[in-house]
Parts: sequence; structure tokens; C-alpha cells
Amino acid sequence: MATAASPGKRMATSQKVLIGIVVLYVTLLVAVPVLALFPKAFSHGLVAVVQSLVQKDALVALRLTVLLALIAVVINAVFGLVLAMVLVRQNFWGKSVVNAIINLPFVVSPVIVGFMFLVLFGKNGWFEPVVNSLGFRVVFSWPGMMLATIFVSLPFVCREVMPVLQEQGIEHEQAAYTLGASRWQTFWRVTLPGVRRALLYGVTLTFARAMGEFGAIMVVGGALIGKTETSTLYIFRALEERMYVAGYSAALLLAVISFATLILLELSKRREVKD
Amino acid sequence: MAVVVAPQQVPIPKARGERPWGAWGLRTIALVYLALMIVVPLSAVVAEGLSGGLGGLWHDLNKFSAQGALFLTLWTGAIMTVINVVMGTLTAYVLVRYQFPGKALLNAIIDMPVAIPTLVSGLMLVILLGPQEVIGKWLDAVGIHIIFNWPAIVIALLFTTFPLVVRAVQPVLEELEIDQEEAAYSLGATQWQTFRHVMLPALRPAVISGGLLTFARALGEFGSIVLVAGNLPGKTLTAPVYILGEIESGSPRSASAMSLVLLTISFVMIILLDWLQRRRMARRD
Repeated sequence: MATAASPGKRMATSQKVLIGIVVLYVTLLVAVPVLALFPKAFSHGLVAVVQSLVQKDALVALRLTVLLALIAVVINAVFGLVLAMVLVRQNFWGKSVVNAIINLPFVVSPVIVGFMFLVLFGKNGWFEPVVNSLGFRVVFSWPGMMLATIFVSLPFVCREVMPVLQEQGIEHEQAAYTLGASRWQTFWRVTLPGVRRALLYGVTLTFARAMGEFGAIMVVGGALIGKTETSTLYIFRALEERMYVAGYSAALLLAVISFATLILLELSKRREVKD
Repeated sequence: MAVVVAPQQVPIPKARGERPWGAWGLRTIALVYLALMIVVPLSAVVAEGLSGGLGGLWHDLNKFSAQGALFLTLWTGAIMTVINVVMGTLTAYVLVRYQFPGKALLNAIIDMPVAIPTLVSGLMLVILLGPQEVIGKWLDAVGIHIIFNWPAIVIALLFTTFPLVVRAVQPVLEELEIDQEEAAYSLGATQWQTFRHVMLPALRPAVISGGLLTFARALGEFGSIVLVAGNLPGKTLTAPVYILGEIESGSPRSASAMSLVLLTISFVMIILLDWLQRRRMARRD
């Protein structure tokens, strides 16, 4: 496809110009800001970075962040698969509405996400009596943050799995049924292996999105130090309290985890192309 | 994409056990999950916003700070969407049609904004352009104020939404047959004419859905903006940051009024997106 759009020498210049514009734009908009973080974080040396990362507050925040992300991954992987199966393999009234609703978490502001769980479970909320009678807290506590994290990362698995499931068709499943396999056996041995890559892809995106959530858990969790403070909230507080090295180091750590996630995605994509 | 054929419509041998119950059970789980996680929480905010009636809603929104925030969010989002649509389409074009060294790296970099936490994105921009930094100081001296000003909002939004248009247009461009373009070239069309009259009509739905998603996403953006915008009411305070302020100052009614406005716009965008997608699929079949 290399010379597809280049009849003759005349195109060569315009091709160079267009490539130049795009490379310059991506470099200035994305690459330079990302790279600028590194010298800033290491401006007081590697030791300062490590020291600030192993501080108790930073570690507690990181543990909570990873925990919330893992819960979101497990729940959204399971329900994302169920949603994809239902939306691809079943026809029912209102299906298109359901299909559109799944996209909502992509566009609802994180602040509103936190706020809605605050309204729902907070003072005079619809679910406040239920939760109170059960004797646990949702607002300004981890269950509320968990709900918010699940919400913001809900669509990824479903959206990645759906097209693959659709392409996969039902012939193999029918064959399995003909051979006497149960629904469950068919799912585990036929359906799931077919969507494995897409599932991995969706799970990775879910994890990245959940790790980086900020606005929603700030509103519903209250950012209580050592209790409901995640890594992003810790960074925010560090900056406000002018603990710059601590803030930059934690930001760098999150960025590095994001890069690792991306590389994992790229690798799985490449293997897919090879197959 | 193939037409979805539900298993029930085809005479297929049944699995051991009760198949219809299994299908019903799965559907019930899916619908209950969506209802509890998405519909009920959103309805709670909508109900809260409407609890004072339409008059109350108008009263809550008829404030200088509220209208300023909404206006700022809308126009920065609009400017940014135009830039993102143009640059995103161009980027997709260059990535699909041209070969050049470093292309794989460029392609990977584009996904970065999706993976990086939005707060960290904002921090990166402050580090790069902040008033105490090298570039920021130099820009300040020339009289260009980016950080704590509206350009910072536009740049932060461009950063966080950059992949959306690229990734919407790229797959469509890849599927596009190249012979039509070659025919156009051989008939003497310039590159621009070929793009404008041959490629753009085919790309339009993808470009529009990328743009809609960009704009919808921009309206709600919080993490990257809160650090770089300065958040001055009436000047650099966006709608999501305004909502946060109203929540923190103990006026949930006012917060939910603004939420209602943003949610309504997001909802319209989502419905438009869905409609576009379905039209595209119907056309392909």
C-alpha cells in the first residue's frame, strides 16, 4: 500500500509534508508532555523518587487503587461477557436502547458519576435506609468508590467482545450442542476460547481506566487520607500541599503502569495479526 | 458485520437441560445489572435536579457562575472538536496510506492518552507550560498565557480525546478499496480532490461519530482540566468543576441542575452515535 496515493514525483513532496505535520502534531501534543514528566520527577535524584514512593500514605493509596481496579476488572469481565452474549445472541424488545445505554459511562462526567452515588446512598438517598439497616457505609467509604470505579470502566469488556462474538458466529456452538455438550460446557470450551483475545483487550482497558479514575472517587469517597485516598487523589493532595517530588513520583509510577498496559495491548495485537 | 441470528431462530439441536430458561436467566442478569449500575443512579440525579420543578431548575441555572461555566465548556469543547476532527482524520490518513520509519511507534503513541490517568495528563501540561517552567516563562514573556487560561483547557481536551477520531476513522479507511482513489488519480484528480470527493463521502459517518464522541467526552472532562484551568468562576471554571464546587459547598440541588444539563447533552450525543452506527450497518448489509 506504500505508493498507493503517490502517482509520480509530484505526490512525494505532499506526502512528506503530511507525514511531517502529523508527526510534529503527535510529538508536540502527546510525546513531549509525557517525556517532560521524567526529568521533573527525577530532578531530586532517583533516591528521592523511591523514598517518596515507599511513604506510608503513597503505599496505602496505591494498594487501594490496585484493589479497586482489580474488583472492577473481575466484575466487569463477568458482566461484560454476559452483556455481550445477550446483545449478540438474543433478540428482544428494547435491545437497541440497552445497546446505547452501555455507552453512557464513556461520556458521563466523572464528577457526575461520583455525585449520583452520593445522591443515591447519601443523606435522604433512595438506598440510604437499606444500607443503614444493613449497617455499612457506601458514601465516603470503599463500597461507594467501588461502584464508581465499576461504572466508569463498565463498557470496555462488552464493547471489545461484542464484534468478535458476532463474527465468530454460532456454527461451532451448534456443533457442540449436536455432540451433546451442555450450555456451560459449550461456553467454556467453544465460546470463551474464541473471544479470549478480545476479553484480554477489554480487561486491560478496564484496568487502565479504573486505575486512573479521579473525579468520581473523589466525590463519592471524600479523599480521606489513609482511608479513601487512591493514588490519583494522593497526587492531587501532594500538589496542593506543595510536596512536588511526592506528587511527581506517584504520577510517574501511574504513567509507567499505563505504558506497561499499553505495551501489553500492543503485544497482544501483534500476536493477533500473526495468527 | 454479519447479521445477528439468534440461536432460537435456527432449528438447532438443543443442549441438555433447559435452554429457554438459560437464555432468559442470562438476559435478566444483564438487564438487572445495567438497571442497577447505570439507570437507577442516573435517575437519582435527574430526580434530584427536577425536585424543585422546572422553575427551581431554571433558578439554579440562572446564575452568572453556572451559565459562564456551561458556556465555557461548550465553546472550548466545540473548538477542540473541530481541531481534533481535522487532525485525527489526517493522522488516520497518514497512518493507513503511507509507509515511513517510526510508523509503528507513532501508532502506539496515539493510544497513550487513553491509558494515562487524566489527572496525570493535566500534571504533564502544568510541568511543560506552567508559569515557573522554561517554556511557560518564555511564553509569558511573549505575552501568551496558556496555563490557568482557556487555551490550557483546549490543549488538555485535545490530549485526552486525541485517539477517539483517529481510531474511529482508521478501520474504515483500511477497508476502503484503493482502486477508486487510483481511478481518480488516473483521471487527473489532485490529492485534495480525490480526498474531498472520493474518500470523504465514505469516511463521513466515521468522522462524525468520532467528532460526536470527542465533544461528548470533552463536556465531562475533569481530571486534566482541574489542574490546568485555574477554575476562576465566570472565566476558567468549566461545568464539571462547577458541579464539584456546588457539591462541596453543600448545594446538591444546584449541582444536580447542572448535571441534568450535561447529562441531557451526553444523552443526545449517545443516541445520535447509535443512530449513525446503525445506519452504517444497515447500509453495509
